[in-house]
Amino acid sequence: MAVTLSDKAAKHVANYLTKRGKGVGLRLGVRTSGCSGMAYKLEFVDEVSPEDMVFETNGVKVFVDAKSMPYLEGMELDYTREGLNEGFKFNNPNVKDQCGCGESFNV
Amino acid sequence: MALFQIAEPGEAPAPHEHKLAVGIDLGTTNSLVATVRSGIAICLSDDQGRPLLPSVVRYHADGSTDVGYGAQTRQAVDPKNTIVSVKRFMGRGLKDISHVESMPYEFIEAPGMVKVKTLAGIKSPVEVSAEILKNLRDRAEAALGGELVGAVITVPAYFDDAQRQATKDAARLAGLNVLRLLNEPTAAAIAYGLDNSAEGVYAVYDLGGGTFDISILKLTKGVFEVMSTGGDSALGGDDFDHRIFCWVIEQGKLQPLSAQDARLLMMRCREAKEFLTNNPEAPISANLSTGEIVDLKLDVATFASIAQTLISKTLQPVKKALRDAGLRVEEIKGVVMVGGATRMPQVQKAVGDFFRQEPLTNLDPDKVVALGAATQANLLVGNKTGKDDWLLLDVIPLSLGLEMMGGLTEKVIPRNSTIPTARAQEFTTFKDGQTAMAIHVVQGERELVSDCRSLARFDLRGIPPMVAGAARIRVTFQVDADGLLSVSAREQTTGIESSVVVKPSYGLSDDEIAGMLKDSMTHAKDDAINRALKEAQVEAQRMLEATESALKEDPHLLNEAEAAKIVATIEKLRLAIAGDNRRVINLAMDDLGFETQEFAHRRMNQSVNRALAGRNVADIKIGEEA
Repeated sequence: MAVTLSDKAAKHVANYLTKRGKGVGLRLGVRTSGCSGMAYKLEFVDEVSPEDMVFETNGVKVFVDAKSMPYLEGMELDYTREGLNEGFKFNNPNVKDQCGCGESFNV
Repeated sequence: MALFQIAEPGEAPAPHEHKLAVGIDLGTTNSLVATVRSGIAICLSDDQGRPLLPSVVRYHADGSTDVGYGAQTRQAVDPKNTIVSVKRFMGRGLKDISHVESMPYEFIEAPGMVKVKTLAGIKSPVEVSAEILKNLRDRAEAALGGELVGAVITVPAYFDDAQRQATKDAARLAGLNVLRLLNEPTAAAIAYGLDNSAEGVYAVYDLGGGTFDISILKLTKGVFEVMSTGGDSALGGDDFDHRIFCWVIEQGKLQPLSAQDARLLMMRCREAKEFLTNNPEAPISANLSTGEIVDLKLDVATFASIAQTLISKTLQPVKKALRDAGLRVEEIKGVVMVGGATRMPQVQKAVGDFFRQEPLTNLDPDKVVALGAATQANLLVGNKTGKDDWLLLDVIPLSLGLEMMGGLTEKVIPRNSTIPTARAQEFTTFKDGQTAMAIHVVQGERELVSDCRSLARFDLRGIPPMVAGAARIRVTFQVDADGLLSVSAREQTTGIESSVVVKPSYGLSDDEIAGMLKDSMTHAKDDAINRALKEAQVEAQRMLEATESALKEDPHLLNEAEAAKIVATIEKLRLAIAGDNRRVINLAMDDLGFETQEFAHRRMNQSVNRALAGRNVADIKIGEEA
């Protein structure tokens, strides 16, 4: 099992990284907080840690730390547009329920 | 389901804590809103993908409004209720606005700011601007999926307190929390990341739809100081369209056009101008309602000669701004281009030739101000932390001070102080038993109050009666991050307080500010002489009154001859004060000082005797007050 990016998401990440001018990829993670227990983390990566697992979609590297891995197994990150709003969306098969806004979740 | 943006390493926000902030360029012709998404500033477009919002508001009889393109297209049909370029009226009185007679509006003079009568009632420029801001706020909240924490709104560098306050009021009316107001040229410089670059002087050349602004900025230690500003409030991209329009009429030998044909042709001219940016030749064709057919080709060379006069017109204020800043062209480190009209290669070339360097043009000149504002907003709400945790500062354009006795200005906050800032100074009473103090806040560089601009007046009452000079009144000037001033006065022994927030009734134009600055330089010597004279007069008056009250109190300490001599010297001093010779005043003061020496000595003895009378040494403790 792996963590993947949709084509659209990969394109946007690659684009952001170019414009930012530095960084080796994208970090996905979870941490405990938020109204439903867990919250996602989505950050640029400047430094890779030895425990990171690395996945690659269309040339874009995704880094996930070992602790977060069980919660993100099989996840696909997508990029969507909802009305005027646009951004990344987590399609996570592990999630049982999430708070109304989806910013935090429970497994 | 929430949509996520990518954060900087280690800075992913906790759920529900991502702070949405925007930058807004509230322009004369067009307005924009921008935000920082995944670390990059972008402009937010409307549902049809258009980033610009024409700064046009149309009022309907039922109180509803159209804002933007919808209002713009109805401008010709309903000119009285369709307000364009409202920015020109912000914080302005009727007499401050030029060409009132050529505007279709029904102006109403109101205290502080002009108002416009519309079908939906009387509207102030603040309300009209609020409609534009509300539209942008709605767009931003839809695009960002949440409520905004705050906004940075840009204003021209030459905007004075009244115009800034009006802009802030409009934002509040639109339900926006103003993080701060930012000078437009400063915002453009931020968008280009100049604030992170080396120190130096930069020129910002802003040729918008209907206005031209030039600003000279100096960057030192992350602080942008506006050294000078200039421009032409009636020169912009629209004038280029108009010139092409005239050329078409001339070439096609057209009869006078109907309003509708004129609008159509004007639009074709604008398209041709924009087409020429990337092409050697532009077709201009239109079928007019008279049956005439326009079918012309405008080549780059012809357009360049048409545009030449307009472009050189912008270089006059540029030269003046450089002169005002006391700089030579070689001292400018970089030139930032702002405004859609700077897309014209002819403009870029002329500016490049003038400054002898390639101007910065790689950001969209329509968006650059909004992008810079968004960057600043993102920083101010704390979405970006860590090592680049700088906070950009602005400076106040003119010194702020108080009126002193004799009509002199005492500068409390000098010009070019970085804001926010607060300074306090202690003042005292001038007369015995004085129980109130009038505080007159002024703005300007000149030494005499009459040459500065009056901002506010207020009184501090309830000062306990004391001898002159005994009361201690602490006056605090505070300028917030938006350049707005509040002044408070506090009598230190009793704690009584009084304060005012400065909302000046009328604005200063950029010309006036420039004029005031120039005056202060040309009149520096006169001012210094004047100041010395006034100071001498005030000091002499104080001495005169102190002597008179002493004479009244203790006449028994003098014999008749002595008293007569002192009175005569007082009269001499009074005469000297009325004159304008500082030397004469100083001499008369010396005389009076000499004549009253013995009197002062006797008074001193008397009060010591009184204090000690009827007590023995044991009763008198060191430090005890008499």
